[in-house]
Amino acid sequence: MKQIIARLESLGFAWWGILILLLALLPLYMSETYVSLFSEILIMALFAMSLNILIGYLGMISFGHAGYFGLGAYSTAILMTKTSISWILAMASAPVVAALGGVVFGFFCVRLTRIYFAMLTFALAQIIYTIAFQWESLTGGDNGIVGVTFPDFLYETNNAYYFILIIVSVCAFFLFLIVNSPFGSTLRAIRENPERAEFVGIKIKAFQLIGFIVAAVFAGIAGALFTFYNGSIFPDYLLWTRSTEALIMCILGGMFFFSGPAVGALVVQWLGTVLSRHTIYWPFILGLTLLLLVLFLRGGIVGFLTEGYSKIKARYHL
Amino acid sequence: MIVSSIIMPILTGLTTAMLIFLVASGLTLIFGSLKILNFAHGVFYMLGAYFSFQVVSTFAASPAGFWIGLIVAPLGVAIVGGLIEFFIIRRAYKREHIDQLLLTYSLVLIIGDVTRFLWGVEYKSMSRPEGLDATISVFGAPLASYYLLILFLAPTIALGLHLMLKKTKIGWMIRAATFNYEMASALGINVPRLFLVIFMVGSWLGGLGGALYAPLGSIVYFMHTQVLLESFLVMVIGGVGSFWGAFVGAILFGLLNSFGFQYFPQFSMFFAFVLMAVILVIRPWGLLGQPEG
Amino acid sequence: MLLNVESLCKSFGGVTAVMDVSLSVEKGDLRSIIGPNGAGKTTLFNLLTGHISVDSGNIYFKDRKITKLQPHSIARIGIGRSFQRISIFPRLSVFENVHVGILSRERKSYKMLWPARRMVRTETLEILEAIGLAHQAGNLAATLPHGDQKRLELGITLALGPELLLLDEPTAGMSPEERFSIIELIGNLVKERGLTLLFTEHDMDIVFSISERVTVLHQGKVIAEGSPDEIRTNPEVQSVYLGEAEWETTLT
Repeated sequence: MKQIIARLESLGFAWWGILILLLALLPLYMSETYVSLFSEILIMALFAMSLNILIGYLGMISFGHAGYFGLGAYSTAILMTKTSISWILAMASAPVVAALGGVVFGFFCVRLTRIYFAMLTFALAQIIYTIAFQWESLTGGDNGIVGVTFPDFLYETNNAYYFILIIVSVCAFFLFLIVNSPFGSTLRAIRENPERAEFVGIKIKAFQLIGFIVAAVFAGIAGALFTFYNGSIFPDYLLWTRSTEALIMCILGGMFFFSGPAVGALVVQWLGTVLSRHTIYWPFILGLTLLLLVLFLRGGIVGFLTEGYSKIKARYHL
Repeated sequence: MIVSSIIMPILTGLTTAMLIFLVASGLTLIFGSLKILNFAHGVFYMLGAYFSFQVVSTFAASPAGFWIGLIVAPLGVAIVGGLIEFFIIRRAYKREHIDQLLLTYSLVLIIGDVTRFLWGVEYKSMSRPEGLDATISVFGAPLASYYLLILFLAPTIALGLHLMLKKTKIGWMIRAATFNYEMASALGINVPRLFLVIFMVGSWLGGLGGALYAPLGSIVYFMHTQVLLESFLVMVIGGVGSFWGAFVGAILFGLLNSFGFQYFPQFSMFFAFVLMAVILVIRPWGLLGQPEG
Repeated sequence: MLLNVESLCKSFGGVTAVMDVSLSVEKGDLRSIIGPNGAGKTTLFNLLTGHISVDSGNIYFKDRKITKLQPHSIARIGIGRSFQRISIFPRLSVFENVHVGILSRERKSYKMLWPARRMVRTETLEILEAIGLAHQAGNLAATLPHGDQKRLELGITLALGPELLLLDEPTAGMSPEERFSIIELIGNLVKERGLTLLFTEHDMDIVFSISERVTVLHQGKVIAEGSPDEIRTNPEVQSVYLGEAEWETTLT
């Protein structure tokens, strides 16, 4: 038994491959509603993973992450509907615009300490929201931008789902590399003890800014995918409440684990969709879950499972 | 012309300001001493309005309903606040900031839905109390006489609180705890009990704001979001932890809002948020606050 | 002269923390700074490492003026520091604690697309061996007992390959056996790597057993400097330490 377990554990990275394979097989066995649901889950998982760079790895709480999601979503939508640029370039603009936002806003945000940082991220995201809301000629204001149509082949059978799956997998792969790189270790050191990190020669503000930009870039890509999936974008999606949703996903899944945000996204989106059909009191359930999590289950779902797994192993001497 | 373009916005601006001041002062009081950013603060305002509505409905026949509500509603909110502090917030003091923020946010979700469950989704409204439902003329501008209640009561409460903070023993304890938790403990102050009191006072203020607002507009289960946004804004502008900062910030906000609404109707919130961002960048502790440490 | 401090002054509000402190440390010195609580020892260290700014005076390291440098720059030019209250990375593993420092030394911290684990492994393990924590490499730093955490902090301090070690109360909060164990470790590391040591301490036994020269601070000023024997018999030092009886007990 011990050897089997050790073998399975050493596969490590390969488990991700199996997961992706399972996700790829999904449309063959599940109905269209599920395929649709999982498309959404994948997009939100990417969004949550990008936010976790800030909250899980850097330890900086941001309430404005939906802003970068919005920058990506809107730049794609605007380019697609107002210019004749190819769809590929339109989507590629998303990470670029989000990165620019990250550079500008990040520069000001990282100069502040924790609580003020959170407040400023909040204020800046609200500013982006009001711009999206007010600048009607560019963003369609309250009505948003609708009718964003991509080439036909992307809408055939399950191609949309596969497209999203591929992009999200590639992004997740890069995020995985980043968090396991020296950069990732440095971010975590800054989170743990900024003073000590500084005294091993690390320029804290520089790393925080770069982390901020990386987080913004992947949020922007999630936004572009959303515009694709939805065919439209509205200012609503930039509200601070969307940012807190992503925050909850990270905490629920477990912010100290790479897979945490994705698990959180799965649970929140799925439960949200399912439960919303049976009751309008979904926020209550979400709130109660969050409350119990924060008080009793700090490591989130993944943390709980990991700990349980270790305990079981110890118990049965595996 | 002068009347409508200057006096009216000033009057409406000041009234809005006073309501927001009440909420923001509670928020800043809690943040200043407990160092917790209470996301649920908008909810206290909302509960104040709902409780007031409930009291008035129960005493539908009697004109005293409103006045009873004005006393009872904020007290009810203070009790809710006390229960929250005792059973939930208390566990978060030693934790990191993110935990506290998430806890208060979870309360927003929970209480918001409980409110929706109890009072439903329709907009509720309440009429102004007898005696204050007329329109009078102030400097030639028409003003609902009810506004006078707000314009009179809020600054009085502000003054009262200011005196309490400066002159009474409790006020001194609050200021000591704001300054340094450990030191206050060492001085023999029962800090947990003090924090309970502070939280209750903070929620009472929020509830009072809501109760005063109740006859002025519609009451609905999601109104807390806007209030939170605005009081948060005001707190930052005026300075976190600063009572008079909340006052000044609220007035600035109220006037900015009402004049902005006149000239740039679509952009009023935008300017407020830009101001907030600018302040956070140049002077994070706001106009009248103190830098940390 | 490795470290040269000239007339440093620092006040907070109206309170003078450090007043006209001068001090010079040669390469290979084993120097301690002692003084009652509030004498300004930690403030002095904070000034040396750039954590707080100097009001007046200068600091030279290897003839280079470092008075206005930021902490991260000072760390890179050869000064290592440990803090009074244990300063490690709690939720990182023992290995990662030192690892992140070495990555920084090799200027690899910015690399984003390569696995960190494979880099600078030997160098990291070498330091872990030196501090006796190699067998704990995979454990979370927070789970270590107090004494081991102090060792770990030493390891982190060594990661950048410093020439001068500034240790702020290295034995604070430790039991007597732990104290001598860590002092022995420090002594060995200093000898093996040819380091210069400047540390603050409360425990007089330690001070007299390891230092070659002692500087005494009182209320922000240097009141005496000399060999351990000279300091032990210095009357002014005796009076500063709360009466002779207490001073006597510290000597036994």
